[in-house]
Amino acid sequence: MAEVLVLVEVAPDGSGVRKTTLEALTAARVLGEPSAVVLGAPGTAATVKDTLAEYGAQKVYVGESEDIDAYLVAPKAEVLAQLVAEKSPAAVVIPSTPEGKEIAGRLAIKTGSGFLTDVTDIAADGTATQVAFAGATIVHSKVTTGTPIYTLRGNSVTPEASAGAATEEQVTVSVSEAAKQTRVLDRVVEQKSSRPELTEASIVVSGGRGVASAENFAVIEGLADSLGAAVGASRAAVDSGFYPHTFQVGQTGKTVSPQLYVAVGISGAIQHRAGMQTSKTIVAVNKDTEAPIFELADFGVVGDLNTVVPAATEQITARK
Amino acid sequence: MNIVVLVKQVPDSGSERALDSSDNTVARASADNVINEMDEYAIEEALTVKESQGGEVTVLTVGPAGATDAIRKALSMGADKAVHVTDDAIHGSCAVQTSAVIAAALSQLEYDLVICGAESTDGQVSVMPALLSERLGVPHLSGARKLTVEGTTLHVERQTDGGFWALEAQTPAIVSTWDTINEPRYPSFKGIMAAKKKPVETKTLADLGLDPATVGLASATSQVLDFAGRPPKGAGVKVTDEGDGAEKLVGYLASQKIV
Repeated sequence: MAEVLVLVEVAPDGSGVRKTTLEALTAARVLGEPSAVVLGAPGTAATVKDTLAEYGAQKVYVGESEDIDAYLVAPKAEVLAQLVAEKSPAAVVIPSTPEGKEIAGRLAIKTGSGFLTDVTDIAADGTATQVAFAGATIVHSKVTTGTPIYTLRGNSVTPEASAGAATEEQVTVSVSEAAKQTRVLDRVVEQKSSRPELTEASIVVSGGRGVASAENFAVIEGLADSLGAAVGASRAAVDSGFYPHTFQVGQTGKTVSPQLYVAVGISGAIQHRAGMQTSKTIVAVNKDTEAPIFELADFGVVGDLNTVVPAATEQITARK
Repeated sequence: MNIVVLVKQVPDSGSERALDSSDNTVARASADNVINEMDEYAIEEALTVKESQGGEVTVLTVGPAGATDAIRKALSMGADKAVHVTDDAIHGSCAVQTSAVIAAALSQLEYDLVICGAESTDGQVSVMPALLSERLGVPHLSGARKLTVEGTTLHVERQTDGGFWALEAQTPAIVSTWDTINEPRYPSFKGIMAAKKKPVETKTLADLGLDPATVGLASATSQVLDFAGRPPKGAGVKVTDEGDGAEKLVGYLASQKIV
């Protein structure tokens, strides 16, 4: 059976692999036998190998060097290109993070291949599904040149365990001078949050202009915490200074696709819909009965968020 | 410091957008086309760097003849001149091919810095800096929320989830900017008038020394097979809060086995 390379995304805090990796391993199985590729500082593979075996990695290629993380993107693309040349895989699947997409692009040029970004599904014949134009259009595409390279959008595929041999094979890493041009001096975490990461969360609670102040975002955070959810914000709320830009959901912010999306005080402009339209279930609370968000909502409450949301939070907490 | 800003004309993200069913490419003829919103931050950053470092700002775009609107916007904000690569053969090109066209155009310009927006609002692939870096052999510092220029050294804060990466590279380099990096200026009346007299050079694939057979839909590295409108969501339930809104909401979540 053909081999499919899957680039492993390791959590920056050393807590193992990101969920995106398990999703990629799951999606890759329809194309062939997944081989996980672990690229990072020495010692990285040891922390993730067991999880990779649980999710179907038949092989684990380990390329460890301080040079991998010391420079932006280019070293990883170089090692992957070397593996593509040696192993002639049927495809390469990479989590669709900003870094993952850039690696995919560089790899495509290095290997004379095509690449498709932000795919939400991959079929056995290699056809990928993508969502375009603010979620309004569903597109099926295929790579027609070289080795197909896909970046898989987070939360699109449900990770399924499947035992794999996870046979380890060391890869020699020699990073060229050309790949050492952009140095990563530091990786700074500014918001340490106990909440799940926005793009990975299965529930997202977002607040908009209707929340009316930065202080009042506590109402949104309260509901989010009762549901174990991530907190998001509309562009209007971010532009008004209510919540940091990192949490912006929309065309120029993050795209999320959780099981449940709760939009509070958000009108539902196209800019916002672009970032959340593909959520499985959408619930909205807005005082304006005409708000376009209700056209998307599976369940909507017309009312004052300042009474509805705290009461709902209390009832959810009471149910636990 | 000579700066090239990459701009793209796109269908307005605030309007209905579609693909053209005749060849599955973005329907540009029927769309309300505007400069890619994210590019305005790139132009602003280029003008800011020019103001402190001197030099010239050149706008570069690849697109159909009608893409002049995006160029005019950039020139009216204060860019000095523009290069417009336009050739019917480019229609339907994938990102890999487009990067070859932009790289060829950049190779004919003198630049210390190339700046572009973090993504286009139509394709949203957002990897052009990486592709150009790969082709031109110059570093890319993408996703900048802050850019500092000290001589030939560039520092960028690359926006990440919950923080940033501090990046460093030497010019010439390619930088892409997020919408948090600055507040783009509005073109002044004077700027709009002046833009009409600024030089716009048009180049074809032949001018760039590129073979038309290597670009365009027929030789793209990926193909769109088909597309469809997302099925409209069935009308949901909407209740008005009469003191029982929270209860109904939680009841719905319970019915979905969420709580």
